[in-house]
Amino acid sequence: MIAALAARLAWRQLLSNRARLVSAIAGVTFACVLVFMQLGFRAALFESASNLPRALQGELFLINPLTLVMFRPEPVARVRASQVLADPDVALSVPIYLAQTKFRNPDTGRQRTIQLIGFDPEAGAVSFQGLDSLTHALKRIDTIAFDRRSRPEFGPIAARLEQSGPFEVEVGGRAMLIVGAVSLGTSFGADGNAVMTETNFRRIVKERQPSKTDLVAIRLKPGVDAQAVKQRLSAILPPDVTVLTGAELIAWERSYWENGTPIGFIFGFGSLMGLIVGMVIVYQILFSDIATHLKEYATLKAIGYSNHYLRLVVMAAALLLALFGFIPGFLGSTALYSVVAKATLLPLGMEAARALSVFGMIFAMCAIAGLLAMRKLGEANPADMF
Amino acid sequence: MPPPITLSGVSYTYEKGDRPVLREVDLTIAEGEIVLLTGPSGSGKTTLLTLVGALRAMQSGACTVLGQQLMGATESQRVALRRRIGFIFQQHNLLGFLTARQNVAMALELDPASSEATRLARAGEMLEAVGLADKTESLPGQLSGGQRQRVAVARALAARPGLVLADEPTAALDRQSGQDVVRLLTDLARQRGVPILLVTHDPRILDIADRIVAMEDGKVI
Ligand SMILES: Nc1ncnc2c1ncn2[C@@H]1O[C@H](COP(=O)(O)OP(=O)(O)OP(=O)(O)O)[C@@H](O)[C@H]1O
Ligand SMILES: [Mg+2]
Repeated sequence: MIAALAARLAWRQLLSNRARLVSAIAGVTFACVLVFMQLGFRAALFESASNLPRALQGELFLINPLTLVMFRPEPVARVRASQVLADPDVALSVPIYLAQTKFRNPDTGRQRTIQLIGFDPEAGAVSFQGLDSLTHALKRIDTIAFDRRSRPEFGPIAARLEQSGPFEVEVGGRAMLIVGAVSLGTSFGADGNAVMTETNFRRIVKERQPSKTDLVAIRLKPGVDAQAVKQRLSAILPPDVTVLTGAELIAWERSYWENGTPIGFIFGFGSLMGLIVGMVIVYQILFSDIATHLKEYATLKAIGYSNHYLRLVVMAAALLLALFGFIPGFLGSTALYSVVAKATLLPLGMEAARALSVFGMIFAMCAIAGLLAMRKLGEANPADMF
Repeated sequence: MPPPITLSGVSYTYEKGDRPVLREVDLTIAEGEIVLLTGPSGSGKTTLLTLVGALRAMQSGACTVLGQQLMGATESQRVALRRRIGFIFQQHNLLGFLTARQNVAMALELDPASSEATRLARAGEMLEAVGLADKTESLPGQLSGGQRQRVAVARALAARPGLVLADEPTAALDRQSGQDVVRLLTDLARQRGVPILLVTHDPRILDIADRIVAMEDGKVI
C-alpha cells in the first residue's frame, strides 16, 4: 500500500517533466536493445557454430582428440571406422571427410572459401534437409549438392537450380556439377557448405590420403545403451581417437567458440557496456530529479514522511523507467532480430529465456542507479526548511 | 491534559557556531493558545521552532511536544511526531507536479488506514475552507503567491494536527495577502482549538495573538 503510493508519487514526478522522462526511457531502451543484440548475436553464433554436428545422425562419433574445431580437423585413421564394427552393438560406421577449399562464384568469378563435407549419403549418418532426394544424383562422378543457406556471395545458386536445373561450377579448381540443394546453414568457420560423396570429395581434395578421414559417425543397433558402447569402444581403441556422444560432439564444437576464442567475452563485454551506459543515464536522470526537487523532498520529510518512504519513491522511479524502457526495447529488438537474421542468415530470434534475463539485467541496472541516486536524498534536510 | 508544548532549560549550539544560539529557554503553550514569537534577526526564533517541530535533534534541556519528550528521542519518534504537527514555511514548498488537491492529500497519505476517496474529499474540504474551492485542480505554478500559501495552510491543517508551527509564513507575500493568510490560519485554528506557534516580524498581525513572546540573543524575555 505504502509502496503503491510511493510508486504513484514517483510516476507523477516522472510525468511532470516529459522531456526528461523521454530521454530516460530512451536511455533504458537503448541499453536494452544493445544487450539484446549482443546476447542474440552470441547465442546465434554459438548455435550456428554447431550446425554441422547437429545435422549428424550418429549416436557416437570418433574424432581425433587434437581436433579443436571441425573446420580445422586433425585426421582420424580410416581403419578405426572398421574397428568399431567389431562391437556387436554397432550397426554401421560412416567416415566423414571435411575440408575447406575455394568456390568460384559463377556470376562474378570471385573465389570464396567453402566447407566440403564428404560421406556416403546412403548410409544414413547425415540428415541435411533435401539430401534424401539427391543420393542417387550424387553418386555420379564430379557432382555436389550446394547448401542453399550459404552466404549470398557464392552466387544465386539455389535460384538458378530451380530455374534451369543442374549446372557446373568451379570447386577447388575442378569443374563440378551442382545437382541440387540441401539446407544446413553457415557458421563462424564456414560461409557456405557443399556436400558430396567420399569419392567426389577426394577428386577435389587430391592431396588427401585415402587412409585418413576426419570424423566417424557410428550408428548403434536399436535400443542399445550408447554410454555402455562408448565405454567399451574407449577401452579398446587406441588413444589417437576420442569417442563422443552426439551431445558431446556439439558441446565440443561450441566450447571451442565459447572458450577458445574471445567471441564470448566480446559479446559479454558489449552487454556490460550497454548496461553501464544505461545505468549512468538512469542515474543522471534520477539524480537531477532529486536535486531539482530537494526542497520538496525536505518538505515531505518535515511533514512526517520517513527517509524510507522517499527511498521507495526513488526506487519506484528507477523501476518504472526499467519497465517503460524495456517494453520498447523488447519490441525493437524483436524487429531488429528478424532484420538482422535476414541480412546475416544467422539463426537470430527472440527467446523467452533471454527476454527474461535481459529484463532482470535492466531491472538490476535501474535498481543500482536508484540506489546510487538515493544518497542524494540525505541532502534534503527538513531543518533547513524554516 | 498536559500543555501541547513545554520547554524548560533548552539550550542549543550549532556545530559550526562558537556560542549558544538558545540559552536556557523556558516556554509553555497552552491548549488552543495562539502565540507569536518575535525578536531581532539572529535571536534564535527559527532554531527554537525547528527543535519544537522535531526537525532537529535536541542537545540539552527538556522539551515535551504533544506528549513526546524530544530530549533523546529517536529519529522514528521524531518522524512520528512530525506527522501530528502542521508546518507552514516561508516558502509554500508545494510539490510542483501535483495539483492543489493532491498536495493537500499528501499530508493525509501518511495515514495508512485512510482511503483515496476520503483523502481527496478531505483535501477538497480544506481547500474550500481556505477559499480555494475553484482551484482544487490547479498546479501550484498556476496560482498566485497568496493562493499557494493558502494551499500550504490547507495542507498543514488537513491531517487535524495537534499543533501548528509557522515561520514567517507571510515573508514571501505582499502585506495584504500576507495578513489574509495569517488571519485565515488563525481563524481556522481557533475554530478547531489547535494551538499555534508563529514567528513573525509583521507588527500589524500582533493583534491576532493570545500572547506575544519576545526573544533576544537566545533568551525569552
Ligand atoms: N545551520 C546553522 N549553522 C550554524 N549557525 C546557524 C545555523 N542556522 C542559524 N545559525 C545561527 O544561529 C543564530 C540564530 O539563528 P536563527 O535562524 O534561529 O535566528 P532567527 O531568530 O530565526 O533570525 P531571523 O529573524 O533572521 O530569521 C544566528 O546567529 C545564525 O547565524
Ligand atoms: Mg528565522
